[in-house]
Amino acid sequence: MADSSTAVVHHTGHPDVTKRDFLKLITGASAAIGTAAVAWAFIDYMNPAKDVLALSSVEVDLTPIVAGQGITVLWQGKPIFVRHRTEKEIKEAEDVRMSQLIEPQPDSQRVKPGHAQWIVLIGICTHLGCVPLGNKPTDPRGDWGGWFCPCHGSQYDTSGRVRHGPAPANLGLPPYAFESDTKVKLG
Amino acid sequence: MGIMRSSLVAIALTALAAPALAQEEAPTPPSQHWSFQGPFGSLDLASAQRGFQVYSEVCSVCHSLEYLHYRDLRGIGLSADQIKAIAASVTVPQGLDDNGDPKEGPATPADQFKVPYPLPNPLQIGVTHTNEKADRAAHNGALPPDLTLIVNARENGPNYVYAVLTGYADAPASFKLMEGMNYNKFFPGHQIAMPQPLHDDQVTYADGTKATVEQMSHDVVTFLAWAANPEMVQRKQMGWRWVLFFLVMAGLTYAVKRKVWADVH
Amino acid sequence: MAEAHKSEFSNPLVNWIDTRLPIFTMMQKEYGTFPTPKNFNYFWNFGALATVSLVIMIVTGIFLAMNYQPNAQLAFDSVQHIMRDVNYGWLIRYIHQNGASMFFITVYIHIFRGMYYGSYKSPRELLWMLGVVILLLMMATAFMGYVLPWGQMSYWGATVITNLFSAFPIVGKPIVTFLWGGYSVSNPTLNRFFSLHYLLPFVLVGVVFLHVAALHVVGSNNPLGIDVKSPQDTVPFHPYYTVKDSVGLCVFFLVYAILVFFAPNFLGDVNNFIPANPLQTPADIVPEWYLLPYYAILRSVPNKLLGVCMMFGSILILFVLPWLDTSKVRSARFRPIYRQIIWVWLAAVIVLGVCGAHKPEGIWVVLARIGTLYYFLHFLVILPILGKLERPLPLPESISRPVIVGGGPMPSGATAKPMEKA
Repeated sequence: MADSSTAVVHHTGHPDVTKRDFLKLITGASAAIGTAAVAWAFIDYMNPAKDVLALSSVEVDLTPIVAGQGITVLWQGKPIFVRHRTEKEIKEAEDVRMSQLIEPQPDSQRVKPGHAQWIVLIGICTHLGCVPLGNKPTDPRGDWGGWFCPCHGSQYDTSGRVRHGPAPANLGLPPYAFESDTKVKLG
Repeated sequence: MGIMRSSLVAIALTALAAPALAQEEAPTPPSQHWSFQGPFGSLDLASAQRGFQVYSEVCSVCHSLEYLHYRDLRGIGLSADQIKAIAASVTVPQGLDDNGDPKEGPATPADQFKVPYPLPNPLQIGVTHTNEKADRAAHNGALPPDLTLIVNARENGPNYVYAVLTGYADAPASFKLMEGMNYNKFFPGHQIAMPQPLHDDQVTYADGTKATVEQMSHDVVTFLAWAANPEMVQRKQMGWRWVLFFLVMAGLTYAVKRKVWADVH
Repeated sequence: MAEAHKSEFSNPLVNWIDTRLPIFTMMQKEYGTFPTPKNFNYFWNFGALATVSLVIMIVTGIFLAMNYQPNAQLAFDSVQHIMRDVNYGWLIRYIHQNGASMFFITVYIHIFRGMYYGSYKSPRELLWMLGVVILLLMMATAFMGYVLPWGQMSYWGATVITNLFSAFPIVGKPIVTFLWGGYSVSNPTLNRFFSLHYLLPFVLVGVVFLHVAALHVVGSNNPLGIDVKSPQDTVPFHPYYTVKDSVGLCVFFLVYAILVFFAPNFLGDVNNFIPANPLQTPADIVPEWYLLPYYAILRSVPNKLLGVCMMFGSILILFVLPWLDTSKVRSARFRPIYRQIIWVWLAAVIVLGVCGAHKPEGIWVVLARIGTLYYFLHFLVILPILGKLERPLPLPESISRPVIVGGGPMPSGATAKPMEKA
């Protein structure tokens, strides 16, 4: 019976053909819309859940951080570098000529006004996502006194700007605000 | 077609048989009218907010709502600022301080509802559960159940919870009540460890609603029904769209089918 | 046969692939031009509906597994997390939870269709037996899936069902300990059930493939139960049955949507909203509705081992149904007595289902015993004898000429027409 594959029903020149095609078009389009709506539910399912979104802000106490040192805090699963810069480091960062930078950006755009001693950075190398060294006193800080990425040798200055490749861009800045002179809210 | 009708009846019978399960000796709770019942049901936000007040001021002393977070209260129509204030007024454990000692502080909207008797070492992920031993010790051996899912976890849930809250009475003379127990018309076995929780005017509603036992019970059940099924309003709204969609699709495909089959004899 | 396959598709890319791997030719042959009897009624939708159900279950299941934690400490919480915090988590979970019911209802109707129209008879015995394997795999998968939320009914259902194996003498207890991976249903049990619940659906896909492959060798049965005689009896699968299946699919989705959006917990058990507690058994332990008839058979027998054997036997007996039914006529339409008693059998199954939902006391025990007795009587006594005694109605000559005009000369021997050659 499986051999009887010759069965074909012929319907030629039927007057309803165009009407049928139109119906098919509407039906197919509606089905596509429905499928897309369901697909969206499945895609959105994989976006961050409500509990993840709710934990998107962290408060950091700055009092224990002495000048010249930094701490690393976890925010949204990412390391955040908070460094207390010395006067010398601030001056170095401010005096750099823009032409020397891979991604030119003045230091004043990378700190909050009136809080130039605090630099807050996303501690993820812009090359391939490693965590640069330089936040612990024993870490190497590279030739520009900032951070040094052990994976491929990228170096950042005290403003977190990339000074030596292969990283293409400066360290990112998280959204944050000073709640007081000694307290920062991330996120 | 006979076969179609008969099999539909068969399906219906089998389906109906399934939920007809636990039959307790307690009388069936009378049906109340609920804003959230039926396919068109929605949530009476004012009632749910009053119910939250009843929970906070009365029930929360003993009963946890483990699966709720303060941020979830958006679902009963509270604003972000209101929620912040509500959370900040509650002191919750906040892990360990730098010396390794337990730390406490005001809750944030992200926090889980405060559990009356939390376990000392909650797991990093998941929910802080009730410390059953401490809880029982404080309640004469009885364990006040978590209320997040209580409306789903009882047959005829909303009516049952309402009936228990309003069902306290003096035990009939013939009824032998055990020491420390309370008589309730609708609790299975009629002996309940929880003393009557609600009394007239126990809370003061901001909107001027009179706080009778019936009113408070109704409000708290509305709140708990939301707590058990926070997706309910969105689910039913979405449901109508899909039902309509499949009705139209059924019509369309049937029309196409008629056309396609028109040639076959 | 070193000659390359010559593809006839005009699209160059399709043609290129098809010449090297003729999947498009195969699809065209099996689902496009595949000659299908033209007289299917809507009961022939249910195979397609069951396939769709399986796909839905696998897709939603994979997504649920992204957030589910198969750990006794975390399982219940992780389900609540899915329901409350994960975007559309409630939707995907309710689709999965109710999908089990939708899958079983379609498969049960599909099976009943096969029984009513004699689809299990030669040459489709193996096709039918593969179907029974699918049913068994579905039950195992559904049972293990029900354990995963780790509510009270999950826990105690798992305890009761795994304890069934303790009925077997000597090996019983060790088997149960082995199944549990411990001395009670506990974390190892949950963990392995999750692993197997994820695996078995893919095994199911494999058996479904064989089921369909076997179908495409012997061809579909049809409401008349007679063989296809000529091309006039058939239509190509596409578009005729793709569009007819689509109609059924929309109605199926309509029912499904009503369940998911308006009564998502209607078929569930309230006890499963309480986290598993090994120290407290719920007042009534009942399986999901689709297992109730077997549960009733189990409980209707006072002897534990015999009850377990009868329960398993009630499904295994389906394997030999093609040989228990001795009638040569397939469709109940032409079997005046069979077309009555098949409903009695269905009624017995439903009565068993209702009994399974009630405590085994009083009238429910009596009814369950009658139901069980009739269930086996139907297969073991009635069907073999009926096939010999029943006088079938005259069979039509072909699908294209289903109506036998009164008075016309009946082909001799039509009344007791033997099985047509496949």
